[in-house]
Amino acid sequence: MARLLTLVLNGRRRTDAVADNLLLLDYLREVLRLTGTKTGCDGGECGACTVLVDDRPRLSCLTLAASCEGRRVDTVESLARDGKLAAVQQGFHEKLGSQCGYCTPGLIMASEGLLRRNPQPAEGEIREALGSNICRCTGYVKIIEAVQHAARLRAAGAAP
Amino acid sequence: MSEVAPAHTIGGYVPMVDGPEKVSGRAKYTADFIEPGTLAGRIFRSPSSHAEILELDVSAAAALPGVVAVVTGDDCDKTFGVLPVARTEHPLARERVRYRGEPVAAVAAVDDATAAKALKLIRLKVRELPAYYEARDATAPGAVELHPHRKGNIERDVFFELGNVEEGFTQAALVRERRYHCAEVCQNQMEMHAALADYDAVRDRMTVHASTQVPYYVHLMLAQTLDMEMSRIRVVKPHVGGGFGCRTETLNVELIAALLARKAKGRVRIVVNREETFITHRGRPETEIRVKIGLAQDGRITAVDCECWQRGGAHSGYGIVTILYAGSMLYALYDLRRVRYTGKRVLTNTPPCGAFRGHGTVDVRFAFEALLDEMATEMGLDPFAVRRANFLNAPCFTDNDLMVNSYGLPQCLDWVERESGWAERKGKLPKGKGLGMACSHYISGASKPVNWTGEPHATVKLKLDFDGSIVLLTGAAEIGQGSSTILVQAVGEVLGLELSRIRIVTGDSEVVPKDNGSYSSRVTFMVGNAAIEAAQNLKKLLVAAAARKIECRPEDIECLGELYRAGAQDKGLSFDEVVTEALKDSGTITVTGNFSTLPASHGGKKYRGAAIGGTMGYSYSAQVVEVSIDEETGVVTVDKVWVAHDCGKALNRLTVEGQVQGSVWMGMGQAMSEETAYHDGLMLTANMLDYRVPTIQDSPPIEVGIVESNDPHGPFGAKEAGEGSLAAFLPALTSAIADATGLRFNTLPATPDRVYAAIEKRQRDKSAGKAA
Repeated sequence: MARLLTLVLNGRRRTDAVADNLLLLDYLREVLRLTGTKTGCDGGECGACTVLVDDRPRLSCLTLAASCEGRRVDTVESLARDGKLAAVQQGFHEKLGSQCGYCTPGLIMASEGLLRRNPQPAEGEIREALGSNICRCTGYVKIIEAVQHAARLRAAGAAP
Repeated sequence: MSEVAPAHTIGGYVPMVDGPEKVSGRAKYTADFIEPGTLAGRIFRSPSSHAEILELDVSAAAALPGVVAVVTGDDCDKTFGVLPVARTEHPLARERVRYRGEPVAAVAAVDDATAAKALKLIRLKVRELPAYYEARDATAPGAVELHPHRKGNIERDVFFELGNVEEGFTQAALVRERRYHCAEVCQNQMEMHAALADYDAVRDRMTVHASTQVPYYVHLMLAQTLDMEMSRIRVVKPHVGGGFGCRTETLNVELIAALLARKAKGRVRIVVNREETFITHRGRPETEIRVKIGLAQDGRITAVDCECWQRGGAHSGYGIVTILYAGSMLYALYDLRRVRYTGKRVLTNTPPCGAFRGHGTVDVRFAFEALLDEMATEMGLDPFAVRRANFLNAPCFTDNDLMVNSYGLPQCLDWVERESGWAERKGKLPKGKGLGMACSHYISGASKPVNWTGEPHATVKLKLDFDGSIVLLTGAAEIGQGSSTILVQAVGEVLGLELSRIRIVTGDSEVVPKDNGSYSSRVTFMVGNAAIEAAQNLKKLLVAAAARKIECRPEDIECLGELYRAGAQDKGLSFDEVVTEALKDSGTITVTGNFSTLPASHGGKKYRGAAIGGTMGYSYSAQVVEVSIDEETGVVTVDKVWVAHDCGKALNRLTVEGQVQGSVWMGMGQAMSEETAYHDGLMLTANMLDYRVPTIQDSPPIEVGIVESNDPHGPFGAKEAGEGSLAAFLPALTSAIADATGLRFNTLPATPDRVYAAIEKRQRDKSAGKAA
């Protein structure tokens, strides 16, 4: 069965016909071609597909698109504004929180979700918030530095 | 007015040039090229570990509405493989299947659901053959041979003895022999394998996008398996989500996508899932090592005898090279004069292994360092002093003819000893805590590529046109390691230009010069040197043009990057003015830079395969690991790692740190949690929950010390930074666990259940001893 889904995606309201069993991940990637959100596993193992649903990190591979009716969904494509990378993106870029970049959109959205609810997280809180996102390149050291850097940039009003 | 100065980034903290794409979601990986009309490809895999194919019926699948093409082994009788001497694999199995999950047929359909449905209609009839999941079983007398040309299922038998080993043992104050076992591990890079093949039937041309580290090798194997001229094939490598070695050879995925596209006369995308990515494998083999070392009273190593068995899987892959590396790389870390090595690479009915980061060196280095540590403890020697007693006297050639030009191991040891507070803290930590140390090394690119037709080892082109931007064209595969950033930095440094003037185009065979690819840490060293030469050639043209315009001699021109002038009094010419003048000669400028390795670095001929291990520059690493152990649960926590890496010269301190931290951490995964497991050849761990990669919560701070030995041949003095620090983590960890508990873990990974079992066994033995 298909239904009409209305949601606010990356700040814009839109309506699409979606199958009841369509995953949010496939809706974003295959239907809307927002390929910033990545598929890294066979379901719920890696965190690469993390997006924000009403500001909360969600695995889009375990979320039905239809369940986002009336909700705000934000993907990595929504973060840069007015030609400027968001603080969390700047943090990951400048501190090398991203190497191959494949886990990066998921880690960035999980970090963005953390910073929206906790603008000055302690290191332990960063580790807890990113505990279900696997990165195979960095050893995570620079990811922690990236999130700390992003928090500083946000606090200084240097980036959104 | 401030003085104009050339821009300068070498040695700085430089964020990656392709970072903005990656953090904004704009970076496109192979699976991200989603276009209407693309067919979905799926692979039908063998349910048997070893069987003769009696009948393969794909008629029902082919007849399913929406299915456009089905291919089987009948569609391709050519084999592929990375080593010209061992191309044993068919893209789709023919006559026999040799591991569970081996591709047998593939379907292209209008959508993924239809392709999945079609797979269920494929019927395979087989006659089961005995299957061997362990190296010892596969080599037992009477075992059925997996490949007719590999007697006794031995892919390669290696033996050498350099120096009189037995005499060396008689000179030792202590001789010890131990066995070590390392589980099979997988790269488990974040991006699952993907290929997009587009066949233009009108022109008979094939374009393949592939998630590969070696677009050139993919190009070669596509030509071979499709039986097409190379000129009709184009290979594109988009962004790649990590590799760590599993993509350093052509994989069946890209070949199958191309076979399907040709048959469908269209465009086929295959994105295999995580389970299939694990089964495609090319990881580090399960390895058994017996090592015997003689130590003199002063810590000098008097002799080494090492035997290494690798369970290679069902096809050759890099196997011959892997088993050779395991022996040759015993050398070039310490000064060894008496070494015997026996290596056996065995074919088994498990997915084929390959070249995992630290290729061939890691498990043997673990065994060697672990035994050295145990013997140092037994003799009451400081493990640092034991290493220092065995330094190479570089520059030198090792007994197996490896050329060592720069050697920063002494400085690495000094750094980790000092920074970890080793002298003050070792042996004085609270109960349950321990410190351990070890060393490792790696090559900066294999001096002799496996497919070598005599051309330079690396070629870079620079294009400069009316817009004043420099386009760097290279086949070097950026896979996240930062190679594009290093090459742009190298060109910017020579020309004194900001990196923003330089754009880099990589990995499209239609545009860029051929490159052997990203493996064996070759890119910074080889392609970096080629980039420097290309930039120097461009600079010569620009200086000549500036001299002509200013009317002076070229040698009087001072190049300040954005300004070319004849001495400080001259107001000079802007870069754009110089470009305009230079273009008058030839129009658009293209220059080439090449790099070839020195023949002296190609390794020796003292035994068959002795060339493996030859490189222009060895990196060195020393590590100290601090652990806490919970004896109630067996959980080992790594509290901190100090690692010093001699990369010759840090061209980019940010990416060097990132590479070193990443390799230490990958070593940690292998040492503590990662291992594959099989049941009747079925991989039980083919997902990221059962194959346990450390999470951010398990991962320690890793403090990096950069040691710069300024290699005489490296680009700006640089050597590799992305592999050499992996191996030392394993023995440094077991050394730390031994310090904390007195228990030696010679079987890896040291998972909580293994640690707990060992602690419990010791307690049982103790109480049994008391009772007796």
